[in-house]
Amino acid sequence: MKWVKVIVSFILTLSFLSFPSCAFQSDELLVDDEEFGLEGAPQHRSPEPIPTRSPPVTSPTRKRHSDLDSDSKIQFSLDHAFGDSDFSPAGTFSARLKTWSHGGQTLTKLRFSRNSFSDVEKEKFKNLLESDDFYRIRLPSNVLNPPGRDFIISSVKARCLPRESLDEHFVIHMEGVNVLAVNYGSPGSCPYPRNLKLPAKWSFSSHTVLKNSEQAPRAPVFTEEILGGENAEGEVVQPAERSFWAKYWMYLIPLGLIVMNAITQAMNMPEEQATGQVPAQGQPSAGAVRRGPSSAVRRR
Amino acid sequence: MAIRSFFLFILFFSSSLSPVFSLYEDQVGLMDWHQQYIGKVKQAVFSSQRAGRKRVVVSTEENVIASLDLRHGEIFWRHLLGADDVIDGIDIGLGKYVITLSSGGSILRSWNLPDGQMVWESSLQGPKHSKSFLLVPTNLKFDKDNVLVVFSNGRLHAISCIDGEVLWKKDFEAESFEVQQVILPPGSDLIHVVGFAALSQFEMYQINAKNGELLKHESASFSSGFSGQVSLVSTETVVALDSTGSILLTISFQDGKISSQQTPISNLVEDSLGPAVIIPSSVSGIFAIKTDAVPIFIRVIGKGNLEVVEKTTHEIAVSDALSISEDQQAFALIQHASSEIHLTVKLAHDWDGNLLKESVKMDRQRGLVHKVFINNYIRTDRSYGFRVLIVMEDHSLLLLQQGEIVWSREDGLASIIDVTTSELPVERDGVSVAKVEHNLFEWLKGHMLKLKGTLMLASPEDMAAIQSMRLKSSEKSKMTRDHNGFRKLLIVLTRAGKLFALHTGDGRIVWSYLLRSLHKSEACQSPIGLNLYQWQVPHHHAMDENPSVLVVSRCGPSSDTSGVLSFVDTYTGKELSSLSLDHAVVQVIPLPYTDSTEQRLHLLIDADKHAHLYPKTSGALSIFKREFSNIYWYSVEDQNGIIKGHALKCKCTGEVADEFCFDTRDLWSVVFPSESEKTIATVTRKLNEVVHTQAKVVADQDVMYKYISRNLLFVATVAPKGSGEIGSVTPEESWLVAYLIDTVTGLILHRVTHHGSQGPVHAVFSENWVVYHYFNLRAHRYEMSVIEIYDQSRADNKDVWKLVLGKHNLTSPISLFSRPEVITKSQSYFFTHSLKAIAVTSTAKGITSKQLLLGTIGDQVLALDKRFLDPRRTVNPTQLEKEEGIIPLTESLPIIPQSYVTHALRVEGLRGIITVPAKLESTTLVFAHGVDLFFTQLAPSRTYDSLTEDFSYALLLITIVALVAAIFVTWRLSERKELQEKWR
Repeated sequence: MKWVKVIVSFILTLSFLSFPSCAFQSDELLVDDEEFGLEGAPQHRSPEPIPTRSPPVTSPTRKRHSDLDSDSKIQFSLDHAFGDSDFSPAGTFSARLKTWSHGGQTLTKLRFSRNSFSDVEKEKFKNLLESDDFYRIRLPSNVLNPPGRDFIISSVKARCLPRESLDEHFVIHMEGVNVLAVNYGSPGSCPYPRNLKLPAKWSFSSHTVLKNSEQAPRAPVFTEEILGGENAEGEVVQPAERSFWAKYWMYLIPLGLIVMNAITQAMNMPEEQATGQVPAQGQPSAGAVRRGPSSAVRRR
Repeated sequence: MAIRSFFLFILFFSSSLSPVFSLYEDQVGLMDWHQQYIGKVKQAVFSSQRAGRKRVVVSTEENVIASLDLRHGEIFWRHLLGADDVIDGIDIGLGKYVITLSSGGSILRSWNLPDGQMVWESSLQGPKHSKSFLLVPTNLKFDKDNVLVVFSNGRLHAISCIDGEVLWKKDFEAESFEVQQVILPPGSDLIHVVGFAALSQFEMYQINAKNGELLKHESASFSSGFSGQVSLVSTETVVALDSTGSILLTISFQDGKISSQQTPISNLVEDSLGPAVIIPSSVSGIFAIKTDAVPIFIRVIGKGNLEVVEKTTHEIAVSDALSISEDQQAFALIQHASSEIHLTVKLAHDWDGNLLKESVKMDRQRGLVHKVFINNYIRTDRSYGFRVLIVMEDHSLLLLQQGEIVWSREDGLASIIDVTTSELPVERDGVSVAKVEHNLFEWLKGHMLKLKGTLMLASPEDMAAIQSMRLKSSEKSKMTRDHNGFRKLLIVLTRAGKLFALHTGDGRIVWSYLLRSLHKSEACQSPIGLNLYQWQVPHHHAMDENPSVLVVSRCGPSSDTSGVLSFVDTYTGKELSSLSLDHAVVQVIPLPYTDSTEQRLHLLIDADKHAHLYPKTSGALSIFKREFSNIYWYSVEDQNGIIKGHALKCKCTGEVADEFCFDTRDLWSVVFPSESEKTIATVTRKLNEVVHTQAKVVADQDVMYKYISRNLLFVATVAPKGSGEIGSVTPEESWLVAYLIDTVTGLILHRVTHHGSQGPVHAVFSENWVVYHYFNLRAHRYEMSVIEIYDQSRADNKDVWKLVLGKHNLTSPISLFSRPEVITKSQSYFFTHSLKAIAVTSTAKGITSKQLLLGTIGDQVLALDKRFLDPRRTVNPTQLEKEEGIIPLTESLPIIPQSYVTHALRVEGLRGIITVPAKLESTTLVFAHGVDLFFTQLAPSRTYDSLTEDFSYALLLITIVALVAAIFVTWRLSERKELQEKWR
């Protein structure tokens, strides 16, 4: 019985010894951090459901509700203008409006149907191409009740568009049901000397991309660093990082020169030994001296 | 032997060349200067202490309270209150406390007069907003306690002067009651509070000063109503104007009875036309009104009889009354004559006699006298002498005594609006102002001293001599251009509409000029200076011309009032010309083109979105026509949250043919949803920034190409709810979105959301990166983020063969109409301080690494290496990355105490940091301004391209001589030895 007690107490002490250090390692801040992440998880902004562990009152599991989310189809129109002319309808965007349970709304499955140019419009576009002028488009800034506060305008030099057909590329930046900006242009490059070129086919090939905001990367959080690693690190550690060569090159190069000098002289020595008739004890130094006063000085 | 001495010398060299990490104590003041200012004085109180140093306590429009030495104008102490803590009144209590009332009468503070320590502070609440008055009666006591009487926020307080405790308070809650004066007759225990109610009712309350009890309340109604202020002519009489400004009402309330008399101004002055206004003054028996800019002094005789005593046509300024004896009050009057001002001191009851009449010569560049404060002293012959403190139009402060200017302070420099720089003239035979060292002996002596200092042989006196020699070096304050480009002129525009040229060497004022175009005039009622631009920088063609700057100003606070341009020569400080524009100036765009006389082309956008080209010359027009289709600009409508891009269309289609006016059109727009985003910061790159290389070699011998475009705009928006103060919203309701927008096509290159973050945002854009500072509500800390943007379309140019065979696209023209392939890298770090300003160093060629200059909340400037804000920092950098100089990732940015650029100094009220490249690549000039000014030179990568300032040339010379001698000696030695060998 006694030994059981001993073991238990041993285990207890062990656990006491180890536990604090374990706990300290510490999830404490990390857990905290996760909590922060939860609270602030931008529900209406990121379409991906975020796994949660908090009580369902604050943030109900997204999955279940997304089934209940209502979809509806909406349409909004694209207008265009040639140079400074007035805007006229040019096409329609249709999309699904997804309403999230918490009230956020996003667009998905954007489709675009482009009206083809009428003859008048073709003529106008040709004029644009000749004068290297702007082809302008506009979208409502709110797709639910257009035009919203103002129209979103974008424009491109008309000469950028014609390839085989008329190639256009829309990037629509959305924030919920609001259109922030639309970037309109050709999908490829449009380098500066824009040459006049008429399209072979007067039809549009359109590409549309819908973009929502990205999340910023969070500032890194380390627990260890707080304990005191961060003070003036860069400036102080920097010299230690330099290699041996980087630090002592100014001494090494003269040293290398001296060594090389010595070696060349040493190389010459055997030669002289070979050519010299009487290899004597004092000969090498005398030979070296004969080579010139400067090397003698250096060796000293 | 020789080798040893050689190494010894090498050691000496290496020690004298060792890099300097920060500033040493003896280097302070060598390249930097610091100037302290207080701003335009609002109110001044003279300390009436008989003994001790004479001082004057002032409050200023920069919210500074300062105690100045009356003999020299130096600052004894000063305190800068917060930006929204506007000072309403100051006074001196008990002869040793400075009492200040601030923040709309809600904070009362007491400061110790000798050293400026705060003694107490009390906060005064009240039922409603009202005018505030601070009265410090000399002999009103309450239990041996001296009492202050404060009226603020609709409540009258009596406050103990010793500890700030509220002794009693009395509310004036009547809805429409507007207090006009609080009167405390000397030697009485009654307080009179007079004011208007319901526009036509005159109210008078009589209150017992001992306990706040309401003794009497009288009111009288005046059908004609009131306008403006009232003027107090005696303790029981006030003068007011009726609502039309044409009838003077003299209201007296003797013994609690209100009686009044009406006098039409036309009875007093025959030819008065417009409505009058009362000039506030407190001289008993006399008040002043102003009709059609003509001041008229009127005396009150007996019960409401008025008499005009003087009508002047000059600009005039009156001081408050100063009681010099029991029943005598004196006041000062200042009138302008062409280049002089006339100071007269009169007794209040005796207008015709003058106590003092002096004329003082006044620099025209100081403009008109705005305020006068009078003080008396006892002369050596026991008569009264008077000195006056005057505040001029350019916000400078001067003390006049005995007909002379005793001292002056250029306090206009406390409110700088814009800064630009100008080169100094080239040193030529004619213009040489240079003083070469006196003679060789002096030169040698100086260098021997320095050598002694280096070898640590110098005595303390020698050290002092060395230090003073370094500080006084005439080299740095010469008026000519230097080889390194350290000497420049800083041209600053102040809020008073004055231009100053400061020498970067020692900060002295080279010239100053009060802009005539910023003078009040008929056409231009309240002119304000807006910006400074470099108009003409003589370079190649026009070397003989002087450089000039363009000052853009407008005639009123709203952006659709017409603009004024003035052109000022930066060498002489003379206005070359000025133009009153017939259009407004909403935006000024300096174009990157200059005409044949090196005048820079500027495009001014007016309120109707017409673009106007300046200078209006045909040469400029032809240059402009060539680039017509390549000019794009953007505008930010802060209120609507819309950013628009514009281009030029055609000539103006108005009725007047103006070939320098162009119509514009909108090319693109970005509309931020008003319910979720509000723009709070927009930042672009500096126009004149130089980028040395567009490639960046990263660790694994890879190359990344910077996306360098002059047309990038950084925009930060926050949730409208979160645009208030930090902590006013929860993290869930607050977010910050950062955008990088191309300003030619409106392309959003990058868009990123920081959830749970809040402004204010301070950002700086340079090369291909932007750094911004904001508050993270979740982490409860400030954060700094960096975004770097790289061009992917050039990323394939890594192959050497491609480069050799010319199959790269590095030289192909870039068009912004092509879709750019960019990638961005970003990272966030915590930062301890909140910021007031942020800037980045800029050097001549852009080779030197960059440092961020952060204006901290403590009014200091902190330099932070850009390497700390590298998005590629990782926790454990590889060996290669370490060699590249990547610092291991830390969660917060370090604050290294040695890297405070301002070392021990503070730039009070820091508002802006300006960096200017010197000609020397390693060095950049930094100018920080707020209420104080600070200037220094910075070398972000240390001065790798020049010898340090304290390099000992004598040591070098001696070393060379010694080496040559050693060579000869050893040569002779070896010769002799050789000879001996041969003779052996």
